[in-house]
Amino acid sequence: MASNSPVILLGERDEIQPRPRGKTNTSPGKFGLMLFTLMTFAFLYVPIIVLIAFSFNSARSGAMWQGFTLNWYERMFSNTRIIESAGTSLIVALLSTIGAVVIGTLTAVAMERFQFRGRALWDGLLYMPVIIPEIVAGISLLLFFAFVQIERGLFTLVVSHIAFSMPFVYLTVRARLADFDRSIEEAAQDLGANEWRTFTRITLPLLMPGVVSGALLAFTLSLDDFMISFFVNGKGWQTLPVYIWGQIRKGVTPEINAISTLMLVFSIALVVLSQLLQRREKKRE
Amino acid sequence: MIAAIRRSRAIQVFGLMLPGSFWLIVFFLIPLLMMGVISFMSRDKLGFPAQPWTLDNYRSIVRDIRFAPSISFDDGLQLRMFEGLYLELFWRSVWLSLTSTIITLLIAFPVALFMARLPMHRRNTALILLMIPFWTNFLVRTYALQFMLRGNGPINILLRSIGLEALDLLFTPGAVMLGLVYGNLPFMILPLYTSLEKFDWTMLEAAADLGANLLRSFVRVMLPLVAPGLVAGAILTFVPSIGSYITVELMGGGRTNMIGYSIAQQFSASANWPFGSALSLVMMIIVTIAAVFYFRSGRGERAELV
Repeated sequence: MASNSPVILLGERDEIQPRPRGKTNTSPGKFGLMLFTLMTFAFLYVPIIVLIAFSFNSARSGAMWQGFTLNWYERMFSNTRIIESAGTSLIVALLSTIGAVVIGTLTAVAMERFQFRGRALWDGLLYMPVIIPEIVAGISLLLFFAFVQIERGLFTLVVSHIAFSMPFVYLTVRARLADFDRSIEEAAQDLGANEWRTFTRITLPLLMPGVVSGALLAFTLSLDDFMISFFVNGKGWQTLPVYIWGQIRKGVTPEINAISTLMLVFSIALVVLSQLLQRREKKRE
Repeated sequence: MIAAIRRSRAIQVFGLMLPGSFWLIVFFLIPLLMMGVISFMSRDKLGFPAQPWTLDNYRSIVRDIRFAPSISFDDGLQLRMFEGLYLELFWRSVWLSLTSTIITLLIAFPVALFMARLPMHRRNTALILLMIPFWTNFLVRTYALQFMLRGNGPINILLRSIGLEALDLLFTPGAVMLGLVYGNLPFMILPLYTSLEKFDWTMLEAAADLGANLLRSFVRVMLPLVAPGLVAGAILTFVPSIGSYITVELMGGGRTNMIGYSIAQQFSASANWPFGSALSLVMMIIVTIAAVFYFRSGRGERAELV
């Protein structure tokens, strides 16, 4: 997850509190901090930017600049294995997001709204997939599918992706459930709505921002995953990161730079989308 | 009447919990349990689990451990009391993960601090700038770093063009460490930032008014309040580090072996599933120790992880 478990808030940030203005705006300490922050961001961004730049380099190998080309992008789009694995990644992400959102939301409602025996145990267990190293999760799933003799492919990819992303949806939705006003639900019931009606008309719409953040989280986690897909993918059903891994191990080609750039653009689009959703949500509140 | 309500509640809970618990049990707990069982089996000719039951897998992990105190300066100062192939593997993994976690923390804290003190609109920009590497595929980012440091990569070309000699930057423990820090930095900055953003800065002024110096007010006032974010970031860095596979392969070229990488090898090239399972279980124990530490110190603030 934890490929590195890329775990975190898409939408559930807390309200930012106003704070008193500091008077030390131009102190050397603050300047030092700024410089350090800029350097850190440069450290994070330089390799990515260089990679993008070299995806337009016409040199076949090495990092000598030999002129601008779109050749690698053309090749990428005419490579059926790339298109296929990108398709697999999207299908797996879509299906596993739907599964994870439904299951995670139901679990969140049960855990937050009901008292029952074994609740504390489940509370701990639902955290486990977040904490167990991905490589262990991936290998144990490989052992499991081998033992029950399920052929590895689309099915194993989707159920495994649901297994590791569901807890994140659960946590996001539960956080949203924990801090909303229950008196609205009580009001609805006082006005004669039954439990089901209250849930679909009041609870679910109020829960929606949490569900949407959870969905985006699950979708991104699924697209990002390499380690678990690496162990549970099967012939004809390879995700894009698994394909890229195979190519990288064969040696660097400018084509990989082009695929990486495209994946990067896709994640930037997702970040922007989540920020827009979050802003709209804030305005509404 | 009350009994009927109770029964219907029980049915509701059962229905709501059914899919989640099914998934958790079937696709998480049972596979882990199976791994535990396999770790007590022998291997057949192809490396798959076979009868009879045995403790050999665990024995061969601890077999060659012997008492041999030594000091070495290879990867920095290291004091050792014991020696052994797998002991060294575990020791190196824990040491590299721990050191890289601490370095990541030392870099991330000032950055998170600076971001949390920015005016509102700049803070949002900075946050988006942080989110982009955060959400970019880990494999792609590690590959980008490796590309930079290659023998014929941009850095070496730059060095050569200004008349310096090219450097061997990859395939060393230092390169693995750099890869871990680079890969995990966003996962450390974000939880720290979320904690620091909630921090009430007037508290520091209050501490100063009460006579605390800067260090004291940092340790006694700020640190306890940002501890949840700090521990969350540390866990999000340490656990993936110890199980890391991509970084070990791309930055270390498989030469600086770590436990996660070694486990993966048992399931591919030099197949020995039972032994790989035993190694995984030992790694789980290490991670569980780290997790217990997390739950102890972060109680009540657990949502911080997400």
